[in-house]
Amino acid sequence: MELADKLQARGRQTPLRRGLSVKGQRYLFIYSCLLLPLLFFASVRILPILYSFHVSFREWDLLSEVKPFVGLGNYAALLQDTIFLQSLRNTLIYVAVGVPGQLLAGLIVALLLHRIGRFKGLYRTVYFIPYVTSVVAAGWVFRWILMKNGIANGILLGLGLEPQLFLGSPSQAIYLVIAAMIWQGVGFQMLIFLTGLENIPRMYYDAASIDGAGSWRRFLHITLPLLNPVMVFSVVIGSIGFLQSFSEVLNMTGGGPLNSTVSLVLHIYNLAFKHFKMGEAAAATVVLFAMILALSLLQLKVLNKRADD
Amino acid sequence: MRRLTALSAAAAPRRAAASRSLTGAASYVLLTAGVLAMVFPFLWMVATSLKPPGEVFSLSLIPQQATLANYAELFRDSSFPKWISNSFIVALVTTASVIFFDTITGYVLAKFSFYGKQVIFVAILSTLMVPTEMLIIPWYLLSVKLGWVDTFAGLLFPGLISAFGIFLMKQFMESVPSELLDAARIDGMSEWGILFKIAVPLVRPALATLFILSFLGSWNAFIWPLIITQTEANFTIPVGTAFFSSELKDNSGWVMIMTGAAVSVLPLILLFFLFQKQIIRGISLTGLK
Repeated sequence: MELADKLQARGRQTPLRRGLSVKGQRYLFIYSCLLLPLLFFASVRILPILYSFHVSFREWDLLSEVKPFVGLGNYAALLQDTIFLQSLRNTLIYVAVGVPGQLLAGLIVALLLHRIGRFKGLYRTVYFIPYVTSVVAAGWVFRWILMKNGIANGILLGLGLEPQLFLGSPSQAIYLVIAAMIWQGVGFQMLIFLTGLENIPRMYYDAASIDGAGSWRRFLHITLPLLNPVMVFSVVIGSIGFLQSFSEVLNMTGGGPLNSTVSLVLHIYNLAFKHFKMGEAAAATVVLFAMILALSLLQLKVLNKRADD
Repeated sequence: MRRLTALSAAAAPRRAAASRSLTGAASYVLLTAGVLAMVFPFLWMVATSLKPPGEVFSLSLIPQQATLANYAELFRDSSFPKWISNSFIVALVTTASVIFFDTITGYVLAKFSFYGKQVIFVAILSTLMVPTEMLIIPWYLLSVKLGWVDTFAGLLFPGLISAFGIFLMKQFMESVPSELLDAARIDGMSEWGILFKIAVPLVRPALATLFILSFLGSWNAFIWPLIITQTEANFTIPVGTAFFSSELKDNSGWVMIMTGAAVSVLPLILLFFLFQKQIIRGISLTGLK
Protein backbone atom coordinates (compact mmCIF):
# COMPACT_ATOMS: atom_id res chain seq x y z
CA MET A 1 0.00 0.00 0.00
CA GLU A 2 2.77 2.32 1.00
CA LEU A 3 4.63 1.51 -2.19
CA ALA A 4 1.54 2.13 -4.25
CA ASP A 5 1.10 5.56 -2.61
CA LYS A 6 4.66 6.51 -3.32
CA LEU A 7 4.29 5.34 -6.88
CA GLN A 8 1.08 7.28 -7.20
CA ALA A 9 2.90 10.38 -6.06
CA ARG A 10 5.67 9.83 -8.57
CA GLY A 11 3.21 9.05 -11.30
CA ARG A 12 1.61 12.46 -10.88
CA GLN A 13 4.89 14.18 -11.51
CA THR A 14 5.16 12.93 -15.06
CA PRO A 15 2.74 14.91 -17.15
CA LEU A 16 2.38 12.27 -19.85
CA ARG A 17 1.13 9.63 -17.49
CA ARG A 18 -0.96 11.94 -15.31
CA GLY A 19 -4.27 10.59 -16.52
CA LEU A 20 -3.54 7.00 -15.55
CA SER A 21 -3.42 5.32 -12.17
CA VAL A 22 -0.40 3.17 -11.31
CA LYS A 23 -2.47 0.11 -12.03
CA GLY A 24 -3.61 1.56 -15.32
CA GLN A 25 -0.06 2.40 -16.35
CA ARG A 26 1.02 -1.08 -15.54
CA TYR A 27 -1.75 -2.65 -17.62
CA LEU A 28 -0.93 -0.31 -20.48
CA PHE A 29 2.67 -1.56 -20.34
CA ILE A 30 1.68 -5.25 -20.08
CA TYR A 31 -0.67 -5.15 -23.01
CA SER A 32 1.58 -3.05 -25.22
CA CYS A 33 4.25 -5.72 -24.69
CA LEU A 34 1.84 -8.55 -25.43
CA LEU A 35 -0.11 -7.02 -28.31
CA LEU A 36 2.14 -7.96 -31.23
CA PRO A 37 3.21 -11.37 -29.89
CA LEU A 38 -0.42 -12.33 -29.27
CA LEU A 39 -1.40 -11.19 -32.76
CA PHE A 40 1.52 -13.18 -34.13
CA PHE A 41 0.64 -16.40 -32.32
CA ALA A 42 -3.02 -16.10 -33.24
CA SER A 43 -2.40 -15.42 -36.93
CA VAL A 44 0.79 -17.38 -37.66
CA ARG A 45 0.38 -20.36 -35.36
CA ILE A 46 -3.13 -20.96 -34.06
CA LEU A 47 -5.35 -19.95 -37.00
CA PRO A 48 -3.18 -21.89 -39.50
CA ILE A 49 -3.71 -25.04 -37.42
CA LEU A 50 -7.47 -24.63 -37.69
CA TYR A 51 -7.09 -23.68 -41.35
CA SER A 52 -5.26 -26.91 -42.18
CA PHE A 53 -8.21 -28.90 -40.80
CA HIS A 54 -10.44 -26.76 -43.02
CA VAL A 55 -8.30 -27.42 -46.11
CA SER A 56 -8.13 -31.14 -45.35
CA PHE A 57 -11.90 -31.44 -45.83
CA ARG A 58 -11.89 -29.79 -49.26
CA GLU A 59 -10.79 -30.54 -52.76
CA TRP A 60 -8.16 -27.86 -53.11
CA ASP A 61 -5.86 -27.20 -56.01
CA LEU A 62 -4.25 -23.79 -56.40
CA LEU A 63 -5.94 -22.77 -59.62
CA SER A 64 -9.69 -23.28 -59.37
CA GLU A 65 -11.69 -20.75 -57.37
CA VAL A 66 -14.18 -23.28 -56.06
CA LYS A 67 -12.93 -25.53 -53.30
CA PRO A 68 -15.73 -28.08 -52.89
CA PHE A 69 -16.29 -29.71 -49.51
CA VAL A 70 -15.48 -33.42 -49.75
CA GLY A 71 -15.80 -34.46 -46.11
CA LEU A 72 -13.38 -37.27 -45.36
CA GLY A 73 -12.73 -37.75 -49.08
CA ASN A 74 -9.08 -36.68 -48.86
CA TYR A 75 -8.46 -39.06 -45.96
CA ALA A 76 -10.07 -41.88 -47.97
CA ALA A 77 -7.90 -40.97 -50.96
CA LEU A 78 -4.79 -41.25 -48.77
CA LEU A 79 -5.75 -44.81 -47.82
CA GLN A 80 -5.86 -45.65 -51.55
CA ASP A 81 -2.51 -43.94 -52.18
CA THR A 82 0.20 -46.62 -52.25
CA ILE A 83 3.03 -44.11 -51.88
CA PHE A 84 1.32 -42.63 -48.80
CA LEU A 85 1.07 -46.11 -47.26
CA GLN A 86 4.69 -46.75 -48.18
CA SER A 87 5.69 -43.42 -46.59
CA LEU A 88 3.87 -44.41 -43.39
CA ARG A 89 5.72 -47.73 -43.30
CA ASN A 90 9.02 -45.98 -43.93
CA THR A 91 8.31 -43.39 -41.25
CA LEU A 92 7.76 -46.20 -38.76
CA ILE A 93 11.18 -47.59 -39.72
CA TYR A 94 12.73 -44.14 -39.29
CA VAL A 95 11.33 -43.92 -35.77
CA ALA A 96 11.77 -47.57 -34.74
CA VAL A 97 15.41 -47.77 -35.84
CA GLY A 98 16.47 -44.14 -35.52
CA VAL A 99 15.25 -43.34 -32.00
CA PRO A 100 16.84 -46.31 -30.18
CA GLY A 101 19.95 -45.99 -32.35
CA GLN A 102 20.43 -42.33 -31.56
CA LEU A 103 19.59 -42.81 -27.89
CA LEU A 104 22.09 -45.64 -27.50
CA ALA A 105 24.81 -43.77 -29.38
CA GLY A 106 24.24 -40.64 -27.29
CA LEU A 107 24.20 -42.60 -24.04
CA ILE A 108 27.39 -44.51 -24.85
CA VAL A 109 29.29 -41.35 -25.79
CA ALA A 110 27.99 -39.57 -22.67
CA LEU A 111 29.01 -42.46 -20.39
CA LEU A 112 32.49 -42.59 -21.92
CA LEU A 113 32.87 -38.82 -21.69
CA HIS A 114 31.68 -38.86 -18.09
CA ARG A 115 34.48 -41.29 -17.26
CA ILE A 116 37.44 -39.43 -18.67
CA GLY A 117 39.24 -36.54 -17.03
CA ARG A 118 41.30 -34.83 -19.71
CA PHE A 119 40.20 -33.44 -23.06
CA LYS A 120 36.56 -33.84 -22.05
CA GLY A 121 35.61 -30.44 -23.46
CA LEU A 122 37.43 -31.09 -26.71
CA TYR A 123 35.71 -34.44 -27.28
CA ARG A 124 32.34 -32.95 -26.40
CA THR A 125 32.88 -30.17 -28.93
CA VAL A 126 33.81 -32.53 -31.75
CA TYR A 127 30.78 -34.77 -31.16
CA PHE A 128 28.56 -31.72 -31.12
CA ILE A 129 29.73 -30.09 -34.37
CA PRO A 130 27.53 -32.17 -36.73
CA TYR A 131 24.49 -30.94 -34.82
CA VAL A 132 25.11 -27.31 -35.79
CA THR A 133 25.88 -28.23 -39.40
CA SER A 134 23.30 -27.67 -42.13
CA VAL A 135 21.42 -30.84 -43.01
CA VAL A 136 21.66 -30.03 -46.69
CA ALA A 137 25.46 -29.83 -46.65
CA ALA A 138 25.72 -33.01 -44.56
CA GLY A 139 23.25 -34.83 -46.82
CA TRP A 140 25.22 -34.12 -49.97
CA VAL A 141 28.52 -35.08 -48.35
CA PHE A 142 27.09 -38.45 -47.36
CA ARG A 143 25.68 -38.86 -50.86
CA TRP A 144 29.15 -38.21 -52.25
CA ILE A 145 30.81 -40.63 -49.82
CA LEU A 146 28.25 -43.36 -50.58
CA MET A 147 28.11 -43.05 -54.37
CA LYS A 148 28.94 -45.99 -56.61
CA ASN A 149 32.61 -45.11 -57.07
CA GLY A 150 32.84 -43.15 -53.82
CA ILE A 151 35.17 -43.48 -50.88
CA ALA A 152 32.98 -45.95 -48.94
CA ASN A 153 33.17 -48.49 -51.75
CA GLY A 154 36.85 -47.66 -52.13
CA ILE A 155 37.40 -48.71 -48.52
CA LEU A 156 35.35 -51.90 -48.97
CA LEU A 157 37.38 -52.82 -52.05
CA GLY A 158 40.60 -52.06 -50.21
CA LEU A 159 39.54 -54.50 -47.50
CA GLY A 160 38.80 -57.11 -50.15
CA LEU A 161 35.02 -56.85 -49.69
CA GLU A 162 32.19 -56.61 -52.22
CA PRO A 163 31.24 -53.07 -53.26
CA GLN A 164 27.71 -52.10 -52.28
CA LEU A 165 24.91 -50.17 -53.96
CA PHE A 166 24.32 -48.14 -50.75
CA LEU A 167 21.88 -45.32 -51.59
CA GLY A 168 21.02 -47.07 -54.84
CA SER A 169 19.73 -50.14 -53.03
CA PRO A 170 16.09 -50.24 -51.88
CA SER A 171 17.04 -52.41 -48.92
CA GLN A 172 20.07 -50.38 -47.76
CA ALA A 173 19.20 -46.76 -48.49
CA ILE A 174 16.79 -46.10 -45.62
CA TYR A 175 19.25 -47.39 -43.01
CA LEU A 176 22.00 -45.22 -44.43
CA VAL A 177 19.75 -42.16 -44.23
CA ILE A 178 19.00 -43.11 -40.62
CA ALA A 179 22.73 -43.48 -39.95
CA ALA A 180 23.32 -39.97 -41.28
CA MET A 181 20.54 -38.65 -39.04
CA ILE A 182 22.08 -40.39 -36.04
CA TRP A 183 25.47 -38.92 -36.95
CA GLN A 184 23.92 -35.48 -36.93
CA GLY A 185 21.90 -35.86 -33.72
CA VAL A 186 24.24 -37.83 -31.49
CA GLY A 187 25.83 -34.66 -30.09
CA PHE A 188 22.49 -33.32 -28.89
CA GLN A 189 21.58 -36.59 -27.17
CA MET A 190 25.07 -36.84 -25.68
CA LEU A 191 24.78 -33.37 -24.19
CA ILE A 192 21.39 -34.07 -22.63
CA PHE A 193 22.66 -37.37 -21.14
CA LEU A 194 25.88 -35.78 -19.94
CA THR A 195 23.98 -33.09 -18.07
CA GLY A 196 21.80 -35.84 -16.58
CA LEU A 197 24.85 -37.86 -15.51
CA GLU A 198 26.51 -34.86 -13.92
CA ASN A 199 23.42 -34.29 -11.81
CA ILE A 200 23.62 -37.74 -10.17
CA PRO A 201 25.29 -37.31 -6.75
CA ARG A 202 28.68 -39.04 -6.49
CA MET A 203 27.67 -40.26 -3.02
CA TYR A 204 25.21 -42.83 -4.43
CA TYR A 205 27.99 -44.61 -6.30
CA ASP A 206 30.33 -44.55 -3.32
CA ALA A 207 27.66 -46.01 -1.08
CA ALA A 208 26.89 -48.74 -3.61
CA SER A 209 30.58 -49.60 -3.95
CA ILE A 210 30.81 -50.13 -0.22
CA ASP A 211 27.85 -52.46 -0.39
CA GLY A 212 29.87 -54.45 -2.92
CA ALA A 213 27.97 -53.51 -6.06
CA GLY A 214 30.03 -53.94 -9.23
CA SER A 215 30.11 -51.35 -11.97
CA TRP A 216 27.40 -53.12 -14.01
CA ARG A 217 25.03 -53.24 -11.03
CA ARG A 218 25.76 -49.63 -10.19
CA PHE A 219 24.87 -48.74 -13.77
CA LEU A 220 21.62 -50.77 -13.67
CA HIS A 221 20.45 -49.67 -10.24
CA ILE A 222 21.70 -46.09 -9.98
CA THR A 223 22.57 -44.60 -13.34
CA LEU A 224 19.69 -45.90 -15.43
CA PRO A 225 16.84 -45.16 -13.00
CA LEU A 226 18.15 -41.68 -12.25
CA LEU A 227 18.54 -40.94 -15.94
CA ASN A 228 14.92 -41.86 -16.56
CA PRO A 229 13.53 -38.30 -16.78
CA VAL A 230 16.32 -37.37 -19.17
CA MET A 231 15.45 -40.45 -21.23
CA VAL A 232 11.79 -39.53 -21.41
CA PHE A 233 12.81 -36.20 -22.85
CA SER A 234 15.28 -37.76 -25.31
CA VAL A 235 12.78 -40.35 -26.54
CA VAL A 236 10.06 -37.78 -27.08
CA ILE A 237 12.33 -35.27 -28.82
CA GLY A 238 13.97 -38.04 -30.86
CA SER A 239 10.65 -39.55 -31.97
CA ILE A 240 9.28 -36.19 -33.03
CA GLY A 241 12.47 -35.55 -34.99
CA PHE A 242 12.41 -38.89 -36.80
CA LEU A 243 8.66 -38.62 -37.49
CA GLN A 244 9.47 -35.39 -39.30
CA SER A 245 12.34 -36.79 -41.42
CA PHE A 246 12.56 -34.66 -44.51
CA SER A 247 15.74 -32.73 -45.30
CA GLU A 248 18.04 -35.73 -45.00
CA VAL A 249 15.77 -37.83 -47.19
CA LEU A 250 15.27 -35.19 -49.87
CA ASN A 251 18.98 -34.44 -50.11
CA MET A 252 20.40 -37.96 -49.83
CA THR A 253 17.95 -39.97 -51.93
CA GLY A 254 15.07 -37.76 -53.01
CA GLY A 255 12.83 -40.54 -51.68
CA GLY A 256 14.18 -43.30 -53.93
CA PRO A 257 15.14 -45.84 -54.93
CA LEU A 258 11.63 -47.19 -55.66
CA ASN A 259 10.15 -45.00 -52.90
CA SER A 260 12.08 -47.01 -50.32
CA THR A 261 13.06 -43.92 -48.35
CA VAL A 262 10.01 -41.65 -48.87
CA SER A 263 9.02 -40.27 -45.47
CA LEU A 264 5.62 -38.95 -44.52
CA VAL A 265 6.81 -35.34 -44.64
CA LEU A 266 8.49 -35.80 -48.02
CA HIS A 267 5.22 -37.21 -49.35
CA ILE A 268 3.31 -34.26 -47.89
CA TYR A 269 5.77 -31.93 -49.63
CA ASN A 270 5.35 -33.74 -52.96
CA LEU A 271 1.55 -33.82 -52.70
CA ALA A 272 1.32 -30.12 -51.91
CA PHE A 273 4.09 -28.53 -53.95
CA LYS A 274 4.67 -30.95 -56.85
CA HIS A 275 1.10 -32.15 -57.51
CA PHE A 276 -0.68 -29.16 -55.88
CA LYS A 277 -3.13 -31.46 -54.09
CA MET A 278 -3.40 -29.17 -51.06
CA GLY A 279 -6.46 -30.94 -49.63
CA GLU A 280 -4.82 -34.35 -49.58
CA ALA A 281 -1.55 -32.90 -48.31
CA ALA A 282 -3.38 -31.10 -45.48
CA ALA A 283 -5.11 -34.36 -44.57
CA ALA A 284 -1.69 -36.02 -44.39
CA THR A 285 -0.43 -33.25 -42.07
CA VAL A 286 -3.41 -33.94 -39.79
CA VAL A 287 -2.34 -37.60 -39.71
CA LEU A 288 1.21 -36.52 -38.80
CA PHE A 289 -0.10 -34.19 -36.10
CA ALA A 290 -2.21 -37.00 -34.61
CA MET A 291 0.81 -39.34 -34.60
CA ILE A 292 3.06 -36.80 -32.89
CA LEU A 293 0.43 -35.97 -30.29
CA ALA A 294 -0.40 -39.62 -29.55
CA LEU A 295 3.23 -40.68 -29.35
CA SER A 296 4.26 -37.85 -27.03
CA LEU A 297 1.35 -38.47 -24.68
CA LEU A 298 1.88 -42.24 -24.68
CA GLN A 299 5.60 -42.01 -24.05
CA LEU A 300 5.22 -39.47 -21.29
CA LYS A 301 2.66 -41.69 -19.60
CA VAL A 302 4.48 -45.01 -19.96
CA LEU A 303 7.92 -43.74 -19.04
CA ASN A 304 6.72 -41.60 -16.18
CA LYS A 305 4.86 -44.52 -14.69
CA ARG A 306 7.99 -46.62 -14.74
CA ALA A 307 9.85 -43.85 -12.94
CA ASP A 308 7.30 -43.92 -10.11
CA ASP A 309 7.75 -47.65 -9.39
CA MET B 1 25.40 -42.87 7.88
CA ARG B 2 28.37 -40.88 9.08
CA ARG B 3 30.53 -43.99 9.15
CA LEU B 4 29.50 -44.81 5.63
CA THR B 5 30.50 -41.42 4.33
CA ALA B 6 33.84 -41.56 6.11
CA LEU B 7 34.53 -45.03 4.76
CA SER B 8 33.64 -44.12 1.26
CA ALA B 9 35.77 -41.03 1.41
CA ALA B 10 38.76 -43.18 2.29
CA ALA B 11 38.19 -46.13 -0.02
CA ALA B 12 36.58 -44.66 -3.07
CA PRO B 13 39.44 -42.59 -4.49
CA ARG B 14 41.92 -45.49 -4.33
CA ARG B 15 39.59 -48.00 -5.92
CA ALA B 16 38.37 -45.50 -8.48
CA ALA B 17 41.92 -44.58 -9.44
CA ALA B 18 42.89 -48.23 -9.98
CA SER B 19 39.95 -49.03 -12.19
CA ARG B 20 39.99 -45.69 -13.92
CA SER B 21 43.45 -46.07 -15.38
CA LEU B 22 42.35 -49.29 -17.08
CA THR B 23 38.87 -48.35 -18.27
CA GLY B 24 40.06 -44.80 -18.84
CA ALA B 25 42.41 -45.88 -21.59
CA ALA B 26 39.65 -47.92 -23.23
CA SER B 27 37.33 -44.91 -23.03
CA TYR B 28 39.85 -42.73 -24.84
CA VAL B 29 40.31 -45.35 -27.58
CA LEU B 30 36.55 -45.69 -28.16
CA LEU B 31 35.96 -41.94 -28.04
CA THR B 32 38.74 -41.29 -30.51
CA ALA B 33 37.32 -43.89 -32.91
CA GLY B 34 34.00 -42.06 -32.64
CA VAL B 35 35.69 -38.72 -33.28
CA LEU B 36 37.04 -40.06 -36.58
CA ALA B 37 33.52 -41.00 -37.63
CA MET B 38 32.27 -37.55 -36.62
CA VAL B 39 35.01 -35.66 -38.43
CA PHE B 40 35.54 -37.77 -41.56
CA PRO B 41 32.63 -36.31 -43.59
CA PHE B 42 33.99 -32.80 -42.98
CA LEU B 43 37.51 -33.83 -43.94
CA TRP B 44 36.26 -35.50 -47.10
CA MET B 45 34.19 -32.44 -47.97
CA VAL B 46 37.11 -30.03 -47.56
CA ALA B 47 39.54 -32.39 -49.31
CA THR B 48 37.22 -32.73 -52.32
CA SER B 49 36.73 -28.98 -52.52
CA LEU B 50 40.50 -28.53 -52.82
CA LYS B 51 40.98 -31.06 -55.63
CA PRO B 52 41.46 -30.05 -59.28
CA PRO B 53 38.95 -31.61 -61.74
CA GLY B 54 41.28 -34.45 -62.77
CA GLU B 55 41.67 -35.63 -59.21
CA VAL B 56 38.06 -35.61 -58.07
CA PHE B 57 37.59 -39.33 -58.22
CA SER B 58 40.86 -40.28 -56.61
CA LEU B 59 40.15 -41.89 -53.28
CA SER B 60 42.96 -40.16 -51.48
CA LEU B 61 42.12 -37.83 -48.63
CA ILE B 62 45.01 -35.50 -49.37
CA PRO B 63 44.84 -33.71 -52.73
CA GLN B 64 48.01 -34.15 -54.79
CA GLN B 65 47.73 -30.65 -56.20
CA ALA B 66 45.59 -28.68 -53.84
CA THR B 67 43.92 -25.68 -55.47
CA LEU B 68 41.52 -22.93 -54.48
CA ALA B 69 40.16 -22.76 -58.03
CA ASN B 70 36.85 -24.35 -56.98
CA TYR B 71 36.29 -21.63 -54.40
CA ALA B 72 37.11 -18.94 -56.95
CA GLU B 73 34.66 -20.49 -59.40
CA LEU B 74 31.96 -20.79 -56.77
CA PHE B 75 32.14 -17.11 -55.95
CA ARG B 76 32.62 -15.90 -59.51
CA ASP B 77 30.31 -18.06 -61.61
CA SER B 78 27.35 -18.86 -59.39
CA SER B 79 24.73 -17.10 -57.31
CA PHE B 80 26.48 -18.29 -54.17
CA PRO B 81 27.48 -14.79 -52.95
CA LYS B 82 23.85 -13.70 -53.31
CA TRP B 83 22.69 -16.72 -51.30
CA ILE B 84 25.15 -15.90 -48.55
CA SER B 85 23.84 -12.34 -48.27
CA ASN B 86 20.23 -13.57 -48.37
CA SER B 87 20.94 -16.03 -45.57
CA PHE B 88 22.65 -13.34 -43.51
CA ILE B 89 19.80 -10.87 -43.92
CA VAL B 90 17.16 -13.46 -43.05
CA ALA B 91 19.10 -14.80 -40.07
CA LEU B 92 19.87 -11.33 -38.68
CA VAL B 93 16.36 -9.90 -39.07
CA THR B 94 14.73 -13.03 -37.68
CA THR B 95 17.13 -13.15 -34.75
CA ALA B 96 16.73 -9.44 -33.91
CA SER B 97 12.96 -9.77 -33.95
CA VAL B 98 12.98 -12.97 -31.89
CA ILE B 99 15.26 -11.40 -29.29
CA PHE B 100 13.18 -8.24 -28.96
CA PHE B 101 9.74 -9.82 -28.80
CA ASP B 102 10.73 -12.90 -26.80
CA THR B 103 12.47 -10.70 -24.22
CA ILE B 104 9.52 -8.38 -23.62
CA THR B 105 7.02 -11.24 -23.64
CA GLY B 106 9.12 -13.39 -21.33
CA TYR B 107 9.60 -10.43 -18.96
CA VAL B 108 5.90 -9.64 -18.75
CA LEU B 109 4.97 -13.29 -18.24
CA ALA B 110 7.62 -13.70 -15.53
CA LYS B 111 7.26 -10.46 -13.57
CA PHE B 112 3.62 -9.36 -13.70
CA SER B 113 0.39 -10.98 -12.66
CA PHE B 114 -2.63 -10.11 -14.75
CA TYR B 115 -5.87 -11.58 -15.97
CA GLY B 116 -5.38 -14.38 -18.52
CA LYS B 117 -1.64 -14.77 -17.96
CA GLN B 118 -1.70 -18.54 -17.47
CA VAL B 119 -3.91 -19.10 -20.52
CA ILE B 120 -1.62 -16.99 -22.70
CA PHE B 121 1.48 -18.82 -21.51
CA VAL B 122 -0.01 -22.29 -22.04
CA ALA B 123 -1.39 -21.31 -25.45
CA ILE B 124 2.02 -20.08 -26.59
CA LEU B 125 3.82 -23.17 -25.30
CA SER B 126 1.30 -25.57 -26.78
CA THR B 127 2.12 -24.32 -30.27
CA LEU B 128 5.45 -26.12 -29.80
CA MET B 129 3.58 -29.45 -30.01
CA VAL B 130 2.35 -28.72 -33.52
CA PRO B 131 4.62 -29.90 -36.35
CA THR B 132 5.72 -27.10 -38.70
CA GLU B 133 4.56 -29.21 -41.64
CA MET B 134 1.00 -28.68 -40.54
CA LEU B 135 1.44 -24.91 -40.73
CA ILE B 136 3.30 -24.80 -44.01
CA ILE B 137 0.30 -25.31 -46.30
CA PRO B 138 -1.73 -22.49 -44.67
CA TRP B 139 1.38 -20.26 -44.66
CA TYR B 140 1.88 -20.92 -48.35
CA LEU B 141 -1.78 -20.26 -49.23
CA LEU B 142 -1.63 -17.04 -47.20
CA SER B 143 1.59 -15.98 -48.94
CA VAL B 144 -0.02 -16.55 -52.33
CA LYS B 145 -2.93 -14.29 -51.29
CA LEU B 146 -0.65 -11.55 -49.95
CA GLY B 147 1.83 -11.74 -52.84
CA TRP B 148 4.61 -12.84 -50.50
CA VAL B 149 5.79 -15.81 -52.52
CA ASP B 150 9.44 -15.37 -53.50
CA THR B 151 9.92 -12.28 -51.29
CA PHE B 152 11.82 -11.52 -48.09
CA ALA B 153 8.52 -10.91 -46.30
CA GLY B 154 7.44 -14.45 -47.14
CA LEU B 155 10.77 -15.89 -46.02
CA LEU B 156 10.76 -13.98 -42.75
CA PHE B 157 7.27 -13.92 -41.33
CA PRO B 158 6.93 -17.44 -39.82
CA GLY B 159 10.08 -17.05 -37.71
CA LEU B 160 9.65 -13.56 -36.25
CA ILE B 161 8.71 -14.74 -32.74
CA SER B 162 9.66 -18.05 -31.15
CA ALA B 163 7.65 -19.87 -28.51
CA PHE B 164 10.73 -21.67 -27.25
CA GLY B 165 12.52 -18.34 -26.85
CA ILE B 166 9.64 -16.92 -24.82
CA PHE B 167 9.85 -19.93 -22.53
CA LEU B 168 13.62 -19.51 -22.19
CA MET B 169 13.39 -15.78 -21.44
CA LYS B 170 10.57 -16.28 -18.95
CA GLN B 171 12.68 -18.80 -17.03
CA PHE B 172 15.60 -16.38 -16.86
CA MET B 173 13.50 -13.31 -16.09
CA GLU B 174 12.07 -15.09 -13.06
CA SER B 175 15.53 -14.97 -11.47
CA VAL B 176 15.61 -11.14 -11.62
CA PRO B 177 14.77 -9.90 -8.09
CA SER B 178 11.43 -8.10 -7.97
CA GLU B 179 12.73 -5.79 -5.20
CA LEU B 180 15.17 -4.30 -7.69
CA LEU B 181 12.35 -3.54 -10.11
CA ASP B 182 10.20 -2.02 -7.35
CA ALA B 183 13.08 0.15 -6.17
CA ALA B 184 13.42 1.54 -9.68
CA ARG B 185 9.68 2.19 -9.76
CA ILE B 186 9.96 4.21 -6.55
CA ASP B 187 12.75 6.19 -8.17
CA GLY B 188 10.30 7.10 -10.89
CA MET B 189 11.73 5.04 -13.71
CA SER B 190 9.26 4.17 -16.44
CA GLU B 191 8.25 0.53 -17.01
CA TRP B 192 10.12 0.43 -20.34
CA GLY B 193 13.19 1.95 -18.66
CA ILE B 194 13.07 -0.70 -15.93
CA LEU B 195 12.80 -3.47 -18.53
CA PHE B 196 15.69 -2.31 -20.71
CA LYS B 197 18.00 -0.70 -18.13
CA ILE B 198 17.61 -3.14 -15.25
CA ALA B 199 16.09 -6.48 -16.28
CA VAL B 200 17.71 -6.93 -19.70
CA PRO B 201 21.35 -6.41 -18.56
CA LEU B 202 20.77 -9.03 -15.85
CA VAL B 203 19.79 -11.74 -18.33
CA ARG B 204 22.57 -11.16 -20.83
CA PRO B 205 23.66 -14.84 -20.87
CA ALA B 206 20.13 -15.85 -21.85
CA LEU B 207 20.16 -13.31 -24.66
CA ALA B 208 23.40 -14.77 -25.98
CA THR B 209 21.88 -18.26 -25.91
CA LEU B 210 18.77 -17.10 -27.70
CA PHE B 211 20.81 -15.18 -30.26
CA ILE B 212 22.93 -18.14 -31.21
CA LEU B 213 20.13 -20.75 -31.27
CA SER B 214 17.94 -18.46 -33.32
CA PHE B 215 20.72 -17.61 -35.77
CA LEU B 216 21.69 -21.26 -36.26
CA GLY B 217 18.07 -22.30 -36.74
CA SER B 218 17.48 -19.61 -39.31
CA TRP B 219 20.77 -20.19 -41.15
CA ASN B 220 20.06 -23.93 -41.52
CA ALA B 221 16.30 -23.69 -42.17
CA PHE B 222 15.38 -25.69 -45.23
CA ILE B 223 11.77 -26.70 -45.80
CA TRP B 224 10.09 -23.27 -45.64
CA PRO B 225 12.73 -21.39 -47.69
CA LEU B 226 12.59 -24.25 -50.22
CA ILE B 227 8.85 -23.71 -50.64
CA ILE B 228 8.62 -19.94 -50.53
CA THR B 229 11.57 -18.98 -52.77
CA GLN B 230 11.35 -19.55 -56.51
CA THR B 231 13.95 -17.49 -58.35
CA GLU B 232 17.56 -18.48 -58.01
CA ALA B 233 18.57 -15.01 -56.81
CA ASN B 234 16.24 -15.30 -53.81
CA PHE B 235 17.49 -18.63 -52.47
CA THR B 236 19.14 -19.04 -49.09
CA ILE B 237 22.31 -21.13 -48.83
CA PRO B 238 20.66 -24.49 -48.00
CA VAL B 239 18.11 -24.13 -50.81
CA GLY B 240 20.82 -22.97 -53.19
CA THR B 241 23.09 -25.90 -52.34
CA ALA B 242 20.28 -28.40 -52.88
CA PHE B 243 19.28 -26.71 -56.14
CA PHE B 244 22.88 -26.49 -57.28
CA SER B 245 23.15 -30.23 -57.14
CA SER B 246 20.05 -30.89 -59.19
CA GLU B 247 21.31 -28.55 -61.89
CA LEU B 248 24.80 -29.92 -62.15
CA LYS B 249 24.42 -33.44 -63.45
CA ASP B 250 27.99 -33.88 -64.67
CA ASN B 251 30.71 -35.04 -62.35
CA SER B 252 32.51 -31.74 -61.98
CA GLY B 253 29.26 -30.49 -60.39
CA TRP B 254 30.00 -32.65 -57.39
CA VAL B 255 33.11 -30.64 -56.61
CA MET B 256 31.08 -27.44 -56.60
CA ILE B 257 28.57 -29.00 -54.22
CA MET B 258 31.34 -30.01 -51.83
CA THR B 259 32.85 -26.52 -52.11
CA GLY B 260 29.48 -24.89 -51.48
CA ALA B 261 28.87 -27.18 -48.52
CA ALA B 262 32.29 -26.33 -47.10
CA VAL B 263 31.60 -22.59 -47.38
CA SER B 264 28.15 -22.91 -45.82
CA VAL B 265 29.45 -24.92 -42.88
CA LEU B 266 32.43 -22.68 -42.13
CA PRO B 267 30.59 -19.73 -40.53
CA LEU B 268 28.62 -22.18 -38.40
CA ILE B 269 31.71 -23.87 -37.05
CA LEU B 270 33.25 -20.47 -36.37
CA LEU B 271 30.11 -19.30 -34.60
CA PHE B 272 30.01 -22.55 -32.67
CA PHE B 273 33.54 -22.10 -31.37
CA LEU B 274 32.84 -18.50 -30.39
CA PHE B 275 29.60 -19.25 -28.57
CA GLN B 276 30.21 -22.82 -27.47
CA LYS B 277 29.37 -22.11 -23.85
CA GLN B 278 26.04 -20.49 -24.69
CA ILE B 279 25.02 -23.20 -27.16
CA ILE B 280 25.78 -26.00 -24.74
CA ARG B 281 24.06 -24.15 -21.94
CA GLY B 282 21.00 -23.51 -24.08
CA ILE B 283 20.73 -27.16 -25.09
CA SER B 284 21.24 -28.39 -21.54
CA LEU B 285 18.52 -26.04 -20.34
CA THR B 286 16.21 -27.45 -22.99
CA GLY B 287 16.67 -30.88 -21.53
CA LEU B 288 16.39 -30.00 -17.88
CA LYS B 289 13.44 -27.64 -17.55
